[in-house]
Amino acid sequence: MTDAAVPRDVHARLRGVTRTYPGAGNQPPVHALGPIDLDLSKGEFFAVVGPSGCGKSTFLEVLAGLQRPSAGTVTFEGKPILGEVADGIGVVFQEDASFPWLTVWDNAAFGLRRSGIAEAEVRRRVEDALAFMGLKDFTRAYPSQLSGGMRQRVCIARTLVLQPRLILLDEPFGALDAQTRLLMGDEVLRLWRSTGATVLLITHALDEAAMLADRVGAMSARPGRFIEVIETGWPRERDSSIVAEAAFGEITGRLWERLRGESLKALGASRLATAAAD
Amino acid sequence: MRHVGLIRIAVIAALIGALEFACQSSLISRRTIVPPSEMATTLYKILVSGAINADIARTLGVIVVVIVFSIVLGFALGVLIHALPRVREALDPLFATYYAVPVFIFYPVLIAIFGLSIFPIVVIGVATAVVAMIIATLNGLDRVPRVLTKVARVHRLGRVATALTLQLPAAAPYLFTGVKLSVSYGFIAVIAAEFILSPAGLGRDIADAYADFNNRRMYALILFLLIVATIVNAALHAFDMRWAARRSGGRL
Repeated sequence: MTDAAVPRDVHARLRGVTRTYPGAGNQPPVHALGPIDLDLSKGEFFAVVGPSGCGKSTFLEVLAGLQRPSAGTVTFEGKPILGEVADGIGVVFQEDASFPWLTVWDNAAFGLRRSGIAEAEVRRRVEDALAFMGLKDFTRAYPSQLSGGMRQRVCIARTLVLQPRLILLDEPFGALDAQTRLLMGDEVLRLWRSTGATVLLITHALDEAAMLADRVGAMSARPGRFIEVIETGWPRERDSSIVAEAAFGEITGRLWERLRGESLKALGASRLATAAAD
Repeated sequence: MRHVGLIRIAVIAALIGALEFACQSSLISRRTIVPPSEMATTLYKILVSGAINADIARTLGVIVVVIVFSIVLGFALGVLIHALPRVREALDPLFATYYAVPVFIFYPVLIAIFGLSIFPIVVIGVATAVVAMIIATLNGLDRVPRVLTKVARVHRLGRVATALTLQLPAAAPYLFTGVKLSVSYGFIAVIAAEFILSPAGLGRDIADAYADFNNRRMYALILFLLIVATIVNAALHAFDMRWAARRSGGRL
């Protein structure tokens, strides 16, 4: 476990990125994020942890191109991201984003069919993705017939078929129980290794971040900034069994040490906001 | 057929049987209601004679036109108003109180403008049904999960593609409620308008039979409308149930 050095083969780069939301009515503007400087190296697994409301999801959306930064620049594979999702970026959201009116198969094929790829290739990629996500026996099922974890796997499969080079995961297991989250974590690691994609995971679970990532960025209370980036030092071939290792406890402990004060700050701000509202 | 369906049919059959008994045993005067069996036989004779074919075609044709117009126009206006929050804010009180105002009060005005043709009936029908479709469209679009809009952007869909491939299917259950209401309002408005002042149509026939104290004919025609409206609504309900079952099936 060491402090992270700047990675060499940069895949995505953020420089001086901030995000400020205009205030509602007479309220002052809300400075939600930044300034952030970060390089994601090609093929790395980076996790972001931080207190509630610190701007983690805003950070992901700015990196994805779903939001424009108020200041600073974001580049992906050397090209600037200007408020539009670039080709090669896939996003899995925390909320259930499966389409209830489509079968599992059609959910997975949605993006491919929109991009005009030949049907044979669509079939091949969807079969592969559904098999990979353990859904090949549910191709004709509708999302409502699946558990929350399976629906999230449908969303991951829908992202996977597009063969993204940067996969952004916004607390995808937030609604799942602890055991299922560990198993889903193993699946994400398997996915990361087999695709070779760069993965950025937003999570509120320190253990999840410590288990999955090569580097973990600890974010401050709002406005979210990286107060420390910790390198886990895990081998590429790893799974959830590493939670039994001493180093895992050290990483989790160090993350909590860095985040405890920030979480208290966030909690205090939230209480103040509640008191003001009352 | 499911148990509940059998019970439903048994209840309806029992009510019809009770009415038949009450009419045949003079508990209810024939001047008030004729027995259901007489309604049915009279209706059969009228239908076989072909005497009201033109009126059936006219009335059902106008109803179809009203429903189609209301659904298409209501959906288009709903989408437009949803995209313009300030316009919606201004119109919301109107929508909330719309059905408190009887649209029929404008019927004489419409006759003065369009004459005794089908146009005033179509306008009254659309005016009655369209707002239900607008409100259903607004409700449906309000309930499209925000995450689907993000998914659309991740897939780089344009506004039209987003509306057609994601927002419309996501809002579809609410839109279908609007369709069902538009069908009901369409039926009510067209028959009522024909009843009040129209040179032809089933509503006119019923009004004439009523004015002539021809109870058998009047109830036969009412029965016909009841059967048609029930079949249409039952078909819509069956479709809705199958669709809902598919979208919210039991977990595996």
